[in-house]
This record gives sequence, structure tokens and C-alpha cells, in this order.
Amino acid sequence: MAASERWVGKSLERFEDAALLTGRARFMDDLEPAAGLCHAAILRSQHGSADIRSIDIAAALALPGVFGVLTPDDVAAMSNPIGNMVSRKLHYYPCAVGRARYFGEPIAVVVAESRYVAEDAVDLIEVVYDPKPAVVTIEDALAPSSTRLHDDFGSNVVHERTFRYGDPEGEFAKAAKVVSCRVDYPRVNSTPIETYGVIADFDAGNGRYTVWSNFQGPYAMHPLVCDALRVRGHQLRLISSPSSGGSFGIKHGVYPYIVLIGLAARKVGRPVKWIEDRIEHLAASSAATGRATHIDGAFDENGRLLALRLKQTENVGAYLRPPDPASLYRMHSTLSGPYRVRHIAVENKVVVTNQVPSGLNRGFGGPQFYYPLERMMDLAAKEIGIDPIELRLRNVVQTFPYETPAGSVLESGDYRRCIELALERAGYKELVAQRESARKEGRMFGIGMALAVETSASNMAYVDLALTQAQRAKQLPKSGAAGRARVIMDPLGAIIVHVDSLPNGQGHRTVVAQIVADEVGVNPEDVEVITDLDTFGGAWSITSGNYSNRFSTVVVSAVAVAARMAARKLRATAAKAFGVEPGMVQLLNGTASAPGAGNESVPIRRLAMQLHWDAGDLPEGVDGSISELAEFSPDTMTVPDEHDRMRSSLTYSFQCDLTGVEVNAETGRVHVHRYVSAHDAGTLLNPAVVEGQLRGGFAHGFGAAMLERVTYAADGTLLSGTFQDYLCPTAPELPDLDIAHYATPSPNTIQGAKGLGDGCSMIAPVTMANAIADATGLRDLTPPFLPGRLWQLLHGGAPDLTLTRPKAVPHDETGRELSGALRGRGAVAIEVAPQRVWDALLDPTQLRAIIPGCENIEQTSPDTFRARIRVSIAGIGALYEVQIRIFDREEPERLKLAARGESKLGFGRGEALVTLEEADLGVTQLTYEYGADVGGRVATFGQRMLDGVVKVVLADFFDRLRAHVRGEKPGGTVLQRVRRFFAVLQAFWGGS
Amino acid sequence: MKPAPFKYVRADSVEEALSVLAKFGDDVRVVAGGQSLGAMLNMRIVTPTIVLDINRIIGLSKIESGADIVTGAMVRQADALSNSAIRRHVGLLAQALPHVGHYQTRNRGTLGGSVAHADPSAEIPLVLATLGGEIELRSARRVRRVAAKQFFRSALVTIRGGDELVTALHWPRASSDLDAAFFEFAVREGDFAIVAVACAFERGARRMRLGFGGCGEVPHVVEVSAPSGTNANWVEEIARELSKQLDFRSDLLASANYRRSLATVLARKAMIASIEKARAYA
Repeated sequence: MAASERWVGKSLERFEDAALLTGRARFMDDLEPAAGLCHAAILRSQHGSADIRSIDIAAALALPGVFGVLTPDDVAAMSNPIGNMVSRKLHYYPCAVGRARYFGEPIAVVVAESRYVAEDAVDLIEVVYDPKPAVVTIEDALAPSSTRLHDDFGSNVVHERTFRYGDPEGEFAKAAKVVSCRVDYPRVNSTPIETYGVIADFDAGNGRYTVWSNFQGPYAMHPLVCDALRVRGHQLRLISSPSSGGSFGIKHGVYPYIVLIGLAARKVGRPVKWIEDRIEHLAASSAATGRATHIDGAFDENGRLLALRLKQTENVGAYLRPPDPASLYRMHSTLSGPYRVRHIAVENKVVVTNQVPSGLNRGFGGPQFYYPLERMMDLAAKEIGIDPIELRLRNVVQTFPYETPAGSVLESGDYRRCIELALERAGYKELVAQRESARKEGRMFGIGMALAVETSASNMAYVDLALTQAQRAKQLPKSGAAGRARVIMDPLGAIIVHVDSLPNGQGHRTVVAQIVADEVGVNPEDVEVITDLDTFGGAWSITSGNYSNRFSTVVVSAVAVAARMAARKLRATAAKAFGVEPGMVQLLNGTASAPGAGNESVPIRRLAMQLHWDAGDLPEGVDGSISELAEFSPDTMTVPDEHDRMRSSLTYSFQCDLTGVEVNAETGRVHVHRYVSAHDAGTLLNPAVVEGQLRGGFAHGFGAAMLERVTYAADGTLLSGTFQDYLCPTAPELPDLDIAHYATPSPNTIQGAKGLGDGCSMIAPVTMANAIADATGLRDLTPPFLPGRLWQLLHGGAPDLTLTRPKAVPHDETGRELSGALRGRGAVAIEVAPQRVWDALLDPTQLRAIIPGCENIEQTSPDTFRARIRVSIAGIGALYEVQIRIFDREEPERLKLAARGESKLGFGRGEALVTLEEADLGVTQLTYEYGADVGGRVATFGQRMLDGVVKVVLADFFDRLRAHVRGEKPGGTVLQRVRRFFAVLQAFWGGS
Repeated sequence: MKPAPFKYVRADSVEEALSVLAKFGDDVRVVAGGQSLGAMLNMRIVTPTIVLDINRIIGLSKIESGADIVTGAMVRQADALSNSAIRRHVGLLAQALPHVGHYQTRNRGTLGGSVAHADPSAEIPLVLATLGGEIELRSARRVRRVAAKQFFRSALVTIRGGDELVTALHWPRASSDLDAAFFEFAVREGDFAIVAVACAFERGARRMRLGFGGCGEVPHVVEVSAPSGTNANWVEEIARELSKQLDFRSDLLASANYRRSLATVLARKAMIASIEKARAYA
């Protein structure tokens, strides 16, 4: 068949789109697969780090419409912790058992007649927390004095391994230049438009769970979930959803919720549906790992990269849960990147922190690796005095296939050519001229480039690189990268293809139809592709799913193999009918014919039907109707050898990104003049689908570069809790992306396709960083390059001012300097003597009248009070349980107080210093200074307002104190209150 | 993200709305466009007993052109943007509105709702304060008009009593010699402004009113006299001087120093734009 006649390679319009664009596609929330379906809502921790003293569900259970509550005790009794590959002492349950370790961690699950009622019941659950100092950063986790997240394990460093390839020490010793780079790479979320969904039903009769979910695979998680649920494989029927609204890896992390909701269904004895809302997703789905990297490059005098030294510390969040520490190892065998470097030393560590646990998120371990590598290359270019593009051209791999020091084989490519293509397409010479003239005018213009090798179709053995050879020897080995497909032609001659991929919008059905159409000689419209997976159907394996670009590599290869088997049978049948050799038969446009051997032809459909209906007369070598199962499982995907070398993937794409940007010094805004991405992804199966993938990957990568970051306060409160604070790029933010292709087909896949789509996610951040560094001269840059952060860096400040850890605040601190992220001071003149004010401040009866919203206050000891206070600002209010402690008193002149309050909306702690001075006869000048922190839900949502709210709460209090001691009723008319209120506000307006 | 239970009341008239407010006061949240309230309800940040829907009240959506331009509280932001009276006589508002949220949210969001919500970064309150406009408040007992300067107390806090409804906004009708300019800086298109500056320049009197939003809890308005023959140096000096007076705080998106720098930049831009428009008349 001539290339122009082939369907593969054409931009065929996607079959999926009509339904998706007209609201007819069916997602998790559209499903009601069981009668009597109930709804779950999850009570989640508001603390990043706290022991759970008690949970009282009585009021929740009593609410009409509630069917039951699953508690941590239930979970511990009914399930096993989810296993990890490092240690049994790192218990991971799908909810907090005894201790909450990240903001948003599930605690209890309410099952009710509707989500509304379930959420009402969640609000009625009383949890008593005992907050602990949080371990938020990698630095915190490494500190020997930090709180241990997992008492049984005893350290926050949960994994360590070193590797050595070649002679890195020797090369570093004789290097002409050693260039170092330190990077603290932040965490991001994939923010798919559809969140997690799980519907679970437990049949007590046969002990079987049936679960519907938009879990994306790999199905290696199936046995893991079975083990957690204490059932055998056939007792967990996992059914995929008809459509999935995006995943980008993150829907791998839905598996703990499969356990949790499964248990809820079992406890309550009813089928349960849980649809994750956006707030839950941003807090507690999963996020990419954060990574602190120290990279050194050893260069000779010509800029040849001789050796690399990598110290990588991975932050996996609160638990080490599968697939991690894989994030650290997926790129391991290509730690040389696209370069010819032969000597590599690696020191890996994995730490746990009070953050959301990690999981697959676009690029999985790629962005964290390429950022330091490509920054280092740019720094090296500067230090050695070579153009950064020239430096790369000198060092990239030039002959293929190329075996990396850690064992991967880059099977094909022309990296230099691809780089040149990027330069051409970007109009590099014009960009250089633009930079020249901008600099003459004092404007900051910069050009940046980055390269990446994108690994596709991972060999699952890479996960075992975390183990030493000795440890591997003791276990069942893991290896392989397989794809599976079945091509069926039914009794009516229709073609049906089953594949074990779970698309989330990538157009797999269209592409599969194109491949089968080419092999079998029909039109794509004649091919029905089924991507639904039901573990009861049997046509799945632990590699099934959609991840690591396995679709365009091993899955479509399996499709081709199965389709060829079908074609063979068709040819044999036609050959018999025509009386020719099967090799003479042509299958084209739905017809079988034997050109050059007569004018006979027969519709392909008819041939297929024949094999069903006329099974008594099968041709030679044909054993039955067409139902061809093929597994494509390359035998090169083997286990690591004793030197920790292995082929980590089946294919390797290459990408070169180049950008020209201008940075505004006054606002920190970055304007992208040009962004080009040149790709070698081998054969392009459907160029339109490819383009969609690349633009999407770029959106993710650009978002990570400029806007997105999962951000925590020092106490573990999540600060990026809504889309108001976790900033995704919208259409106006994305620059034009110019895409260029240079294809070197892969000899390892049948169509020659490699993988693609994650490349821009992996290197857009460092491409932008290199351009911004070129423009501004800044050396130490980590994303996101928000205007405010960049401005701070340009003007010598710290980019993350408010995240700087306040001074350590133990639970019962004694007077020192006040600490807290929210600070202020104020003063009020009160027309009575200081002693009168002092007395009022320490008398619970008087305080009850003074504190606005105070429902109850009692003195629990000479220095401590406990109170219940309804705090309400602009209608935003909650009932707070407050503890207050007075100390450092010097009657009647000064005192300090420390308070902490907890409510459903959040919690706060603060310290204040209050001084009373007799300013005039019978007039007290009361001044106060405070430091406070607010955490929990209200802090997640109302970050911008907190400062003002704290000021207003205090202002109101002192206003009322003044009124009270003067004998006025606190309150008065609205106008009076407001006037006094305003007066007090004015008094401290000039405060810090 | 489902709201806590509430009673939904849809008023058909202002009187009905006011009687609900008189009876239940602080336990009521009024829903106009729902663009701010919807999210707060769903996140259970607010849990009112009653949600009072005023969308069906006839007569609250008028735009009247008199001594002032009076906009009913329910005038949608999109309608205000395309209204000729507003474009002609309240040019500063017409310049600010494209920055308010997004195209889609402007179809629902209202002028009155934005003012009643009083977000410190909001553009509409800023313009109202800069122009010296007024807010009409009605309760079952009385009607009153409050100057914008008095109305905004603090972030999300206004002088509106629990039994009052914002029923109209009074925008001073721009004289023919008023030149106005509006600039803001936000991270993304449609985001809350980190800093916004509104400038209204009376050519004849050479009086310039500058309003700063996102700098403090409420809009901060100052008046300066512009000497004749103003030049870039004067603009720069004033911009810096004014920025020094303002109260900035640091948060995740912007440090206090950064805000101050932005305020200076935007003040400069707004002043120059106004002056240039004024020159075009000369």
C-alpha cells in the first residue's frame, strides 16, 4: 500500500469528539450502576501534623439521611495497610489512623442519601486534635531534631541508595572545570477537569467487591488493593468508566480511595458513590514529588561533559506509597540525558514530609531531573565561555543506537538535526539580534534552550532499581513492557478491537482504528474500538492502563500484531476462494482481491462471516473465526544486572525547546516572544492527535514554569487550596507554541512510533528558566516565575517571603519574641485607671461580656482560661474552642498572653503583649502587639483576607473592652458601634 | 462542596426583600449575581439561615441618566460595560469593567453585588470611591445615601446594616473636562488585582483624584493638584510619594515592596494617560 493510502499518519478527525463536545460522553458521575446508590463525603484533617485524640460520630450518625460512618478504627480492623517496596514499618492506610500527616488527609467517611446530607454530617463529627510541629520542607525532614512522621520507622529518610557508573571520581579529579547547581524543585498537580470517582459495592454473600472508577492503571495496583482489602484477585471486580476527563498520571492515585470507599460500602452494606470535589483534589489526590538536587558537572577545556554527580533528595509527602520511590528511578537509566557523558555518581534519598503523598503526574520524575541538568549546562556554558547551544551540540549523542552508562539503549535519533530544526524554526538569528538591541536599550531580553530524552513504554523493572542487587535477589523479579490487544470480526463481519489502554482523552480509539484499517484493508469507520476494562473480562494484565506513553509504543504494536493475524486469516480464506496463493491477495477499501490473477473480489466482511457461518469448510491453517489476541512484549525489557544497568524503556524520543523572552524589571512580568518545540517522536500515528498532546503538555509545562505550585505554610496548612491560589494557565496566558517535527522511526515498535506528550511538561520550566536567567543575569531560579517572585529576586529579596518559617513555637512557649506570620500592633485610649482595665482583662465574668460572640468562658487555673467563642466577620463565622494562657504578668502594667483556638473553619494561634500606661489622670493608654498564625480551611480559602480579619477581631475586642470599663453597654446602636469600631481601626492603621 | 442547608427566599419586590432583612437581618445573605456568594456557600465559609434572591425584582436593573448616573444594584457588569450613558458619562467605570472577572462572570455579576461584597482588590468599589460616588441603602425603616468613603470599612466589611439592602449606586456624572484612566496588575487575565489604580483628572481645575485598590483594606483615594505644564518628573515624584503613604502587606503572591513598586508603576501610567488625554483636548 502506498504511503499516501495509509491511514496511519493521517490527521483523521477523532471519533471520540462528537460525544465529548455535545455532553453525551459518560463519566463517573453519570454512572448509577447499582440500585440504592448512596453518597459519601469525607471528613478530612485540617491539620498538617496532629495526633488524633478522639473522634465522636454520634451526632453525625443521628442526622436523618445518614446510613453510616466509616472510622479509622474500622479501616484498621477491616484492611491491611497498603504495601510499599521499602518497609513494612511505614504504614499507609487510606485514612489517618491515630495521626493525621497531611492537610486534607481523610479521617472518616460518611455515607448518606445525598452528598448534601453527607457533608452536613461531616460537619457534625467532633475530632480532638493534638497538633504537632510540622515537617514541611526537605530541609525540615533531614533535620535530626524534626518530628518523626512514622514512629515505627524512626526516621524521615525512608530510602537511600547510591550508584556508580564508570569512574566519576577520576573524571572529576582531572576536570578542567566543575560546575555546580542547586535546585529545590517544587511540587505540582495535574488538575484534570474531571476529578477522582469511585463507586463501590460489596456483596457480603460472596465476599466480592465491585468497583467502578476512573483509575487509569497500571493494573499492578489491582493485587495491591486486593491485599489491602483482604480479598483474592477474583473478589475485586474493577470496572473502568466509559470516559475519563483527563488524568495525566494523577488518576493512578485513586487506588487508595478504591480501598476507602470499598470499605465504606462494606461497612454500611450499601453501594456507595464518591465523586471527589476540586478542593479535595487540590489537597489530597496526589502531586508530583518535590526534589532537592545538587548536581555537579565535570568538563574538559573544550566543554566536553566528562562526568556527572547527582545528589537527589525526593519529597514523597506524608507516606511512601506506590508507585514511589519510582519517581526517582524512571529516568535513572537515562541520567546522562541526551549527552555522551559516561561517568555518573548518584546519591539518592527519599524523605517524608507533612504534605500530600506523591504519585504519577505528567512527566513523572522528568521535570525534577531535567531542570537541574539543563540549568547546570547553561551555567557551565557561562563559566567556560562557550555559547550554551554550542555546548549542547558538542555533547549530545551523535551515533545511534547508543547505550547509556546505566544501560538504556537510545535506539534512533538525530539530536543535532533536531536542535538545528528548532533554531531554524525559532528564527534564532533574529532572536539574537532582538536581544542585542533590547540590551542596548536597557531592556532584559533572553534566549533559553533545553533538551530532553523522553522515555516511553517503561520497563517495570526500573522500580527495582531502588533495591540493591542483593535485595533484588531475594524477591520475585519484575520486568517487561507489554501491550495487549484483541481483534475480533463478528458474525456480521464487523471489526471490534479491545485494547488494554485506558484513555483519558488522547484519542486512542481513533488511532487504533487507523492501524487496524491499514492492516486489514478497511476504513477506520468500520472499526469499533473498545477501551473499557473489566477485570472480570480477563483481558488485562498488571501492565494494563495508560501511562508512560505505552499506548503509541507497545499497545499499538500489539494491535498491529493482532490485526495481522486477522489479515492472515482473511487472506487465507480469500486465497482459497480465488484459487491463488494467500500472498497474492490484496486487502484494500473493504475488499479482498487478487490483482493480476483475475477480476475476482469479495467484500472482507463476507470473508469474516464465512469463518463463523461456514466453519466446516475452513481454509488450510485457519483454526476458526477471527478473534486474535496478541501480546507485544519485547524481550529486551529485562531486569537490572548486578551493576544496576538496565534498559528502562522500549523507546526514546528527543525534544529541543527554545524560547526568547523579555522580562519587565518593574513588574516582574515575563513576555514570551517566541517558543519553539522540536520533536523526534518517530512515526506520527495521527498528526492532529499529536498536536493536541503537545499543546496540552506545553500548557502543563508552561503552567509549572510560570504559575503553579503546591504550597504549604510552615504549620502544614495547604495554601494552594482552590484555583484562586493554585494558578493554572488559561488561554490568554499561553504563548503561541510553534511545533516542529523531525522523525527517526523506532526499530523497536511496529509502526516506528515513539512516545510523546510529556516532553514540554518536562522541559518548559527549565527552558523558561534558562531564558529568564539569560535576560536577567539571575543565577538561582526555581519556578514558578510569578511576577512577584521574579521581582523579589531582581530586587535582592527572598522570593517566598511569607513562607519563611517563623521562629519555632513549641506547644507551651514562654515569653520570647512574638512569632507568627500575621503581625500587628495597636493602641487604644481608655478613660479609666489602669487597674480597672487590668481587672477586666483577667476576670472571666467581665470577659464573657466583653469578648464578642463569647458563649462561655471559665478560668481553669490562675493563669489559664478556656472559652467558646463565635467569631464572625462579614458573615463568615464559626464556633471556636479557645485556650488562653497568661504569663509574664507585671500587675497592672503589662502581661503576655498566648491563645489557640480551633473550629470547623480552621484554627489559629497567637501571642500578644499588652501594656497599660497611665497616660493622663484616669486615662490608660493600652498598647498591644501580636503575632498570629491561622491555619485550616479558612486559611486555605481566605489567605488574602486573614491579615485584615485578625486586625478586625482584635479591634472589636478592644473597642468592647473600652466600652465595658466605661460602663457603657458593649453594642449600642449600629452607628455607635461602627463609629467606635472605626476609631479603633484608625488607631492602629499605621501598624506594621 | 455542597452548601449547608438554608432557606431560599426569592423576593418579587424591594419591599418583600426589606421585610425579610428586617426580620432576619444578619442571618440573611443576599444573592445577586452569585459570583462571590456561590463559592462561599459551597465551601461552607458562610452558612446563612436564609439566602435571599433579588434577581427577579423589577426595577433594580435600571440605569438612569440625571444629575448623577444612577445604576440599580442589579445592573449586570456586562450591561454596564455596553451601556452608552456609562461609556459617555462614567468613562472610568467603562475602562475598569473589562478587568472585572471574565466575560462569562460579567454576564451574571452585578455592580451592586461587587460593592456590597467589598473585596479590597475589587475594581468597581475602587472606581466608585475614586469618583466620590454614593451607595443607596434601603431598609424597612428608611432610605439613606452613604458616600463611598464612609461605606467601605475593611476587607469585606461595609457600613451596611443587617437590615439594609444596597439598592442603587450613584456615579457622579463626569464633566466634559474629566479625563480618566484605569490600570491594574494581576497575575492572570481576570484575576483579582494585586494593585489597581484609577485616575480622574479635571483639566480645568487641574485636580487629580487617584484611587488605589489592593493597597490596604479599602480603596484609598487621594487628591492632588497638578501644576500646569506637568512633566514626567512631577508624575514620578507624586507616584512615589503616594505609594509611600499606602499600607501594603505581604502575601503569597506579592511582597509589600513589590506592591509598592506596582502602585508606583500603575500610578505613573494612570496619571500620564489622563494627562495625555487632557492634552489631546488642548
